[in-house]
Amino acid sequence: MDTNSFIQNIPLEYFIILSSVLFCLGVLGVLLRKNAIIILGCVELMLNSVNLLLAAFSAYKGNGDGQILVFFIMVVAAAEVAVGLAIISMMYRNTKSVDVSIFNKLRG
Amino acid sequence: MENLVYAIILLPLAGFLINGLFGKNLPKMLVGTLATLVVFASFCIAAYLFFNFDADGQPVIVKAFEWFRISGIQINFGFQIDQLSLMMIMIITGIGSLIHLYSIGYMSHDKGFYKFFTYLNLFIFSMLLLVMGSNYLILFIGWEGVGVCSYLLIGFWFQNWEYGKAARKAFIMNRIGDLGLLIGIFIIASQTNSLDYLSVANNASKFSVDSPVIIFITASLFIGAVGKSAQVPLYTWLPDAMAGPTPVSALIHAATMVTAGIYLVVRSNFLYTLAPTVQGGILFIGLLTAALAAFYALRQNDIKKVLAYSTVSQLGFMFVALGVGAYTTAMFHLMTHAFFKALLFLGSGSVIHAMSGEQDMRLMGGLKKKIPITHITFLIGTLAISGFPLLSGMISKDEILVSAFAKSPAYWGILFVIAALTATYMFRLYYLTFHGEFRGTEEQKHHLHESPLNMTLPLMVLAFLSIVGGFINLPHFIGHGHYAKLTQWLKPVLTEESFGQMEANIADVSFNTEMILLVATILMFFAVWFIVKNIYVTKKKLALPENQYTGWEKLSARKLYIDEIYNVLFVKTVEGLGRAGKMFDKDILDPAVDFVGEGAEDSGRAMKRFQNGNVENYVLIMSLAVGIILIVNFLLQ
Repeated sequence: MDTNSFIQNIPLEYFIILSSVLFCLGVLGVLLRKNAIIILGCVELMLNSVNLLLAAFSAYKGNGDGQILVFFIMVVAAAEVAVGLAIISMMYRNTKSVDVSIFNKLRG
Repeated sequence: MENLVYAIILLPLAGFLINGLFGKNLPKMLVGTLATLVVFASFCIAAYLFFNFDADGQPVIVKAFEWFRISGIQINFGFQIDQLSLMMIMIITGIGSLIHLYSIGYMSHDKGFYKFFTYLNLFIFSMLLLVMGSNYLILFIGWEGVGVCSYLLIGFWFQNWEYGKAARKAFIMNRIGDLGLLIGIFIIASQTNSLDYLSVANNASKFSVDSPVIIFITASLFIGAVGKSAQVPLYTWLPDAMAGPTPVSALIHAATMVTAGIYLVVRSNFLYTLAPTVQGGILFIGLLTAALAAFYALRQNDIKKVLAYSTVSQLGFMFVALGVGAYTTAMFHLMTHAFFKALLFLGSGSVIHAMSGEQDMRLMGGLKKKIPITHITFLIGTLAISGFPLLSGMISKDEILVSAFAKSPAYWGILFVIAALTATYMFRLYYLTFHGEFRGTEEQKHHLHESPLNMTLPLMVLAFLSIVGGFINLPHFIGHGHYAKLTQWLKPVLTEESFGQMEANIADVSFNTEMILLVATILMFFAVWFIVKNIYVTKKKLALPENQYTGWEKLSARKLYIDEIYNVLFVKTVEGLGRAGKMFDKDILDPAVDFVGEGAEDSGRAMKRFQNGNVENYVLIMSLAVGIILIVNFLLQ
C-alpha cells in the first residue's frame, strides 16, 4: 500500500477541520497575545496549517504540485522567521521588552 | 522714385526711434526740431512726387518684400502711390509738420516733452502706412497703429484719472469698429483671393450689384469707418478724446486720423458703387451724425468740446457725400476741413495757452485785443467752417449740398439746417471767447499773452490755406468743370462706374437750381451771423453752467443723455456680467475646488484613527475583513 492510498484512508474532512482549527488558533494567538515571539510562532502555526492542507489535498489528488508548494512555503517561512527574529532581538535590545503594544510609533 | 517712397515713410519712423530711445537725454529744442524736420522732409518729398506725378498716371506700386503667402493668397508689403495716397500724404505731412512746429511752443513747459514728440512721430508713421499701403492688410496695420497713438496721446496726461478713462474709451470704441474692418478684410480675401487694391478692384466686377456678399463686405468695412471716423453710434469717444493736448486734437482728432474712414470708403469705391443699399446706409448715418453732433455743439461750454462735436458733424457731412456717391467731394471737404479745423483747434490751443490752461468759455471773453493774431486767424477759421462766401469751407460744403440735392431735396433741406446750426455754434464760440468783457480771474487777466511765433506761424499758414484751399476745386458751373482740379486729379482713383455715377448725379441739377441753392446758403450764413451777433454782442447773452439750462438747451448741453444711456446699456451690462462672473468664481468654482482639497484632508483625518500603530489592531481589521468577504461570498452563492 503506497503512502497516498494510506492517507486516503483518513477522510479529507478530518484534515480540513484540523487545519481550520490550527489556523484559527494561529489567528487568535496573533490577535490576543502581546509577546512578539509568540505572535511570530502563531504566524508559523497559520502557515503550517496551510501546509498541512496543501499536503493533504496533494495526496488525495495523487499530484505532487501541492507538496512542492509546501516546500516553497517552508523556505519562505524560514527566511521570514530569520528576519522576524532579528527584528525581535533588535526590539529587545532597544527596549528590554518584546511586548508589541508598546511598539506603536507607526501610528498616523 | 522707390527710394523716395521709402524715405517718406521711414523718416518719421527714424524720428520716432531717435526721440524714443535717446530723447530723454537730448535738449528739448533738439527733440522738437528733429521731430518737426523729419515730418517736414517727408512733406517735401511728397510734394516733389506730387509735382512729378503724371496726372493721368497709373498707380505706382512699390513692393518692399513678400510678407507671407497663405493658401494661394500672396500678401506683399508694398506701397501704392497714386492720386489719392499722394493727396493724403500731403495733408498728413503738411498739416502734421505745422502742428509739430506748434507743439514745440505749446508743450514747452511739459515734463513729457520728448515722449510727446515720440508719439507724434509714431502717429505720422502709422498714418502714412495707412494711406500708402498697397493692400488692405497694410491699411489695417496703420489703422491699428493710429489707434494706439490716439490712445497714448489722449491719455498723455494720464495722472488725471478721467483722462486715462477717456483714452480707454476711445480705444475700446475703436476696437468695435476695427473688428468690422477685420471681418470685411477676411471676406474680401476669401472672395477675391487677394487683398491688393488693384486686384480686388479687377475682381470686383464679378460681384453683382447689391449681392449679399458685396453688401456684407462694404457694410463691414463701413463699421470700421464708423468707429474710426466717430459716426453714430460710435461717436461718443471723440468729444472725450479732447482730454489729450490740443495739438493732438488738431492733428489726430480733426485733420487726419478721423478721416481714415473717409479714405477707406473712397479707396474701396469699386466695392461701394456696387452696393447702393450700403450707400443709403452711409447717407443715413452721415445725416444723423451731422445733425446730432451739430445739436450738441450748440450748448457746450468747453471750447474744445464745441470743436470736437463740430468735427463729428463735419465728418457726417463727408459721409453724406460718400453716401450719395460723391467721392471726390468727400475728399475735397476732408481737405478743407483739415485746414480750417486744424486752424480752429490750434487757435483754441493758443487761447487755452493764453488763459493758463482754462478751457471754459464762460471764463473767457474779450480776448480780441489781447491775442490779436490768434483772434484774426480764429475768425478766418470760423468764417471758413460757417460758409463765408469763397472761403474753402463754403465751397466744399456747397458741393456736398448740391450733391445731396441731386439725390433728393429733402437731404439738402436737412443739410441746410445743419449748416445753419454749424454757423450758429461757431459764432457763439467766437463771440463768447473773443468779444465782451473778460470773465476770468485777475491772475489769468494779468497773465494773458499772445503765443510765440512758432505757434502763431502755423496759425497763419493754416489761415491762408483755409482762405484759398477751396479754389482747387471750383464748382463745375464755372468753366464747365475745367477748374474742378481736384475732381480731375482724383478721377483715375475712381472706377468708371463710380465716376459715372457721380457725374450723372450732378448733371441732374440745372444751373438755375444750383444758383438758387447757392444764394440760399449764403443768405442763411449772413442771417445766422447777424442773429448770433445780436444775441451775444448786442444783448450780451452769456453761457450758463450745464445744470442751469432748461428745455432743448439742457438736452444739447447733456448731449441727449447718450453717454448716460450707453453707460446703462453697455458699461453697466458688462460690469454686471463681470460681477456675475466674479460671483460664479467666488461662490461656485472656488468652493468646489476647495471641497476637493478639504475633502481629501478630512477623509485622511478620519482614516487616520485606524492607523494607530497597534499591530494587533491591523491584524484584527484584516481578519475581520477576510471573514466578512468570505461570508458575503458565501451568502451571494
